[in-house]
Amino acid sequence: MAENGKPKTKLLDELEKGPWPSFVTEIKKTSDVSPMCDDLLGQLELSYEERKGHWKHGGIVGVLGYGGGVIGRYSDVPEEFPKVAHFHTLRVNQPSGWFYTSDALRTLCGIWERHGSGLTNMHGSTGDIIFLGTKTDELEPTFAELTAAGFDLGGSGSCMRTPSCCVGPARCEWACYDTMKLCYDFTQAYQDELHRPPFPYKFKIKCAGCANDCVAAAARADLSIIGIWKDDIQQDDAAVAEYAAGGLDIQKDVCDRCPSRCMNWDGKKLTIENRECVRCMHCINVMPKALRPGKERGAAILIGAKAPIVQGALLSSVLIPFVPAEELFETMKELISRLWEFWDEYGKNRERIGELIQRVGMANFLDAIGLDPAPEMVTAPRDNPYIFFQNKDQK
Amino acid sequence: MTAPPKRITDIGPPHYEKYLPPVVKRNYGQWKYHETLAPGVLCHVAESGEKLYTVRAGSPRLLSVHTIRLFADLADKHSGGYLRFTSRNNVEFLLEDPAHIEPLIQDLKAAGYPVGGTNASISNIVHTQGWVHCHSSATDASGLVKCMMDALFPYFVEEKLPAKLRIAVACCLNMCGAVHCSDIAVLGIHRKPPKIRHDVLPKVCEVPTLIASCPTGAIRPATVSGKQSVEVLEEQCMFCGNCYTVCPAMPLNDPENDGISIWVGGKVSNARSTPKFTKLAIPYLPNHPPRWPEVVNAVTNIVEVYASHARKFERMGEWIERIGWPRFFQLTGIEFTRYHLDDFKNAGMTYARSAHLRF
Repeated sequence: MAENGKPKTKLLDELEKGPWPSFVTEIKKTSDVSPMCDDLLGQLELSYEERKGHWKHGGIVGVLGYGGGVIGRYSDVPEEFPKVAHFHTLRVNQPSGWFYTSDALRTLCGIWERHGSGLTNMHGSTGDIIFLGTKTDELEPTFAELTAAGFDLGGSGSCMRTPSCCVGPARCEWACYDTMKLCYDFTQAYQDELHRPPFPYKFKIKCAGCANDCVAAAARADLSIIGIWKDDIQQDDAAVAEYAAGGLDIQKDVCDRCPSRCMNWDGKKLTIENRECVRCMHCINVMPKALRPGKERGAAILIGAKAPIVQGALLSSVLIPFVPAEELFETMKELISRLWEFWDEYGKNRERIGELIQRVGMANFLDAIGLDPAPEMVTAPRDNPYIFFQNKDQK
Repeated sequence: MTAPPKRITDIGPPHYEKYLPPVVKRNYGQWKYHETLAPGVLCHVAESGEKLYTVRAGSPRLLSVHTIRLFADLADKHSGGYLRFTSRNNVEFLLEDPAHIEPLIQDLKAAGYPVGGTNASISNIVHTQGWVHCHSSATDASGLVKCMMDALFPYFVEEKLPAKLRIAVACCLNMCGAVHCSDIAVLGIHRKPPKIRHDVLPKVCEVPTLIASCPTGAIRPATVSGKQSVEVLEEQCMFCGNCYTVCPAMPLNDPENDGISIWVGGKVSNARSTPKFTKLAIPYLPNHPPRWPEVVNAVTNIVEVYASHARKFERMGEWIERIGWPRFFQLTGIEFTRYHLDDFKNAGMTYARSAHLRF
């Protein structure tokens, strides 16, 4: 300990230099909220010196009646840093699209100043507001104040994790369905599955309004709901001409970049062969004033994305090519109940639904959830001739 | 005696509608197009003709309540009290009055929060907890992000890249930061098998669960000093840490051998090409806090080579696919090693199965 009870942070001080805002500065300036911040810095400095972490593995803590939402964390050097002997995290369910008023943020800050370290993540990887570091005794009082203010905890463990969504129709002209509402409706519909982990492993739902996928649904969600349209791209020829006059090379930057080469530019008029369009969003991204998604909007449903743990990373793959926007919630609820039923029965411990599909095969999975195979589900039909013909197809 | 207050549970998040600025409520789902006025400044125009101005600023993600209150004060001063955060942990102020854009930018800059991160820039780096809060991290995450963003700062405040470039940091293979689809991924790794703590293992772990956790079947039951425990077939261990996740008696941390790997060419967007995984560029760099010079230099080099060679609109992975991986390694000066050859489940898919070759 240096003077004034503040930890020596020779190495961490190096991270207060440079133009990017510093997390070390953030921790230091929160010292007046809680002395936990001093011991956090002290322990972090030790990690920087020794090049290893100093948090113990897990620890089951939580609030009454919930099986998740709190990540237990204990220091492995509590004698040296007693103020972070307990340093638990709360996940607080974010509002759709991460919108706030200044008053709502001040309410959250007040609660966390009274009960925790005063440090947060805005936001955590799943999308939740993260309250970083408090003692076991403070969990219930924090929760009581949060719920009184209209907030609730998010998910952790083998539950339906806090759903998240892009900004959607709140600020984006490309939103093909109401991501904000669907995310909110799912979160409310599955409160039990969110707070009381019932599954073999985690289950994530992410709602992206278009194929640009600003919430990385295709990479990170067991169920990826990606906005798409069915009819023709809406085209404003005058605006196309304006882009051309403004210096955009429509042949090179738009037509030649189109993955299905469905566009033709004759120097005056852009012609789109909409039947060939794969709805990748490139031309719309480049000319947002001139081209817009069609009017018949909805979402493609993809399944199974995950990071490498346990059996390797997966991207989501197509399950339902198109669900009209107005039918999304009811269709998805029906689908989700079938997915969970199958996963619950056949999933192994720590097996994500994507890995289960890999293990049992897509065909068996489709049989189980009652969906017919469709060519949109594959990049190509099988190229191996070892086919498991079924009894019903044999004489 | 008064009854205890009723316990409130299962209410879910607040309804988003009460946090939407009036201009958003009036034009919800009715946006027509948007323009970029400057790096970090967007203008969305509604069918009604109304405009919404967004000013985006970078943050370290780990925020003090003091900083959140500063953002709240700035929102009151400039944007009617309305603000939001992005999926990459930037803060966005939502303005109706364009006269406030410049004063807001000046206030943010004065407070040390740079404006930028839009379009063909390097936006904020998404990342994990690292040594600040995680038990399984092979390195710190916030520190790496700080060092890289310091070096790449000009790419945040300007839009001077061929296309957007997204960087992510995960401090172990659990990848709670999901780095497997970023343009550049920085991943903390272990390189030594778990050091089994036979003394505590029977007390804190279920042996069958532990054995089942290993993706390569490298863990076997064993009796050590008369007690039930496990052994690890070390030649089958790929240092993934799955065993440690289910059993605290299997720590992999090793300061001398833990380090950082660099991956490139992933994307999640469907624009032009389909989503892609990141692929290995550099299998190991040493863990050198507090400024990680080897990692910062390696990432800066990859960014600069990409910036000077890729064509307009080409993401990292699209550029590499066009020029081919041999040229990527040649241009970046990165050594191609045995570790670049996949040897897990779908390894064969990555072998070059054609005679398409360039020299």
